Amino acid sequence: MAIMTTTETLQRRRRNAMAVLARSDAAAIAERLAAIATPSCADLRQPENGLVMVRGRIGGDGAAFNLGEATVSRAAVRLASGEVGFGYALGRDLDKARAIALCDAMLQSADHVELVEHQVLAPLRARIEANITSQAEQTAATKVDFYTLVRGEG
Amino acid sequence: MYVAVKGGEGAIDNAHRLLAHERRGDRAVPEISLAQISEQLSLGVDRVMVEGSLYDRELASLAIKQARGDLIEAIFLLRAFRATLPRFGNSEPVDTGAMQIRRRISSTFKDIPGGQILGPTFDYTHRLLDPALAEDSTPEAPATAEASSERMPRVTDILGRDGLIESSPAADAGAPVGDLTREPLSFPADRDLRLQNLARGDEGFLLSLAYSSQRGYGRNHPFAGEIRLGSVEVEFFAEDAGFAVPLGPITLTECQMVNQFKGSATEAPCFTRGYGLAFGHSERKAMSMALVDRALRARELDEEVAAPAQDEEFVMSHSDNVQATGFVEHLKLPHYVDFQSELGLLRKLRQEFGAADDAALQEAAE
Repeated sequence: MAIMTTTETLQRRRRNAMAVLARSDAAAIAERLAAIATPSCADLRQPENGLVMVRGRIGGDGAAFNLGEATVSRAAVRLASGEVGFGYALGRDLDKARAIALCDAMLQSADHVELVEHQVLAPLRARIEANITSQAEQTAATKVDFYTLVRGEG
Repeated sequence: MYVAVKGGEGAIDNAHRLLAHERRGDRAVPEISLAQISEQLSLGVDRVMVEGSLYDRELASLAIKQARGDLIEAIFLLRAFRATLPRFGNSEPVDTGAMQIRRRISSTFKDIPGGQILGPTFDYTHRLLDPALAEDSTPEAPATAEASSERMPRVTDILGRDGLIESSPAADAGAPVGDLTREPLSFPADRDLRLQNLARGDEGFLLSLAYSSQRGYGRNHPFAGEIRLGSVEVEFFAEDAGFAVPLGPITLTECQMVNQFKGSATEAPCFTRGYGLAFGHSERKAMSMALVDRALRARELDEEVAAPAQDEEFVMSHSDNVQATGFVEHLKLPHYVDFQSELGLLRKLRQEFGAADDAALQEAAE
């Protein structure tokens, strides 16, 4: 049970990290990675581009249907210490996919996890959250209160 | 029968060179960049992604540049590019209920939880040309207000709670999802295939069909229950990783049409619905799609199928502008042999007609 919980926690951590990295520019990720010591790694899967069919749901909440495809890049790396990381992101940036895979592998290594969390993910997350907040505030300013007018003598 | 012709290579090369020259236009004018197209002609980019059925802003911008702004040509280019890439698989269905909202309006309820949010819209503009945009211009920074953390349920979810609207067809985990990029169309087509077809269908064609249904050709009394625009996270179950990995956000426009009721001896009457979903900020497309989706449900809802918008074979066979333009524009290609045989036939018919005429004259004279 304890092992199960650890696996779940690690998986959640990896998913959260991937969500942050997938939303970040390749240049921003590279900049953060350049500032820390990254372990040597080998490509387990050469970075490649492909497609994912994006699905929606009928009525928003019903059965699935195929909406259309999106470009996706992916990569997989293995650290010298054995951890295997996967990188997936919308778009066709192979370097970005590889950088995500490297971060994912480092997250699974006790030697690197803190460094990635604090030096890579935290600043990227802060930037994303600032963007989301700024956009939400701009959106909120366009909220309206329509009122209906009764026409004639009622 | 189409018989191929040979030759003309030199002329074709030179025509394409001339095309590249014309595409560039006056070289004293700075060349347009993909970033400029993506940022400043963003709705055109959205349309190319929707009908090209490929979400990639940079490629859609490139296609628009290469096509000299001819969006159908750009859609064609994007579709052709798509065919060169392998497909990794299917995403998890996106959750539009969890959308990061940029715009969200309802024409059915004034006071919806989360409120009416106009966002960046052409609505309520006066449609007067703005001479200020003819020069370089720096717009004012957007106004801001405190963002609310209030949930924004779909309007159809609110109506659904009271049973006033039909529920969406339930997901059947075992049932395969139809994919018209893998299997040719056949009829009758289920709603998943119809929605995929409409999602990549020509906006103008769907707009006209939707309009025809409003004007009485398959009337179904629609209200725009809700239109929402924003970004949703795309997730993909990666077999190598062993879990659903986030791929990043995409922008979507969703339209929930609420239409007049149906009921039966065993079921209380309730509103019916039509659904539209499109990549990017594509409101007209999503609305048209929702109206046509509802019209195409005529058979399922025991309505008389009498109008073009209700005829799935007609709609689905003619909605794709790449197919349509291919068949219409192939008429430009040399049909010399075809035409020669028609000409030969016509000459023969005219000869026979002339001979018969002569014979008739002869007869009359005698």
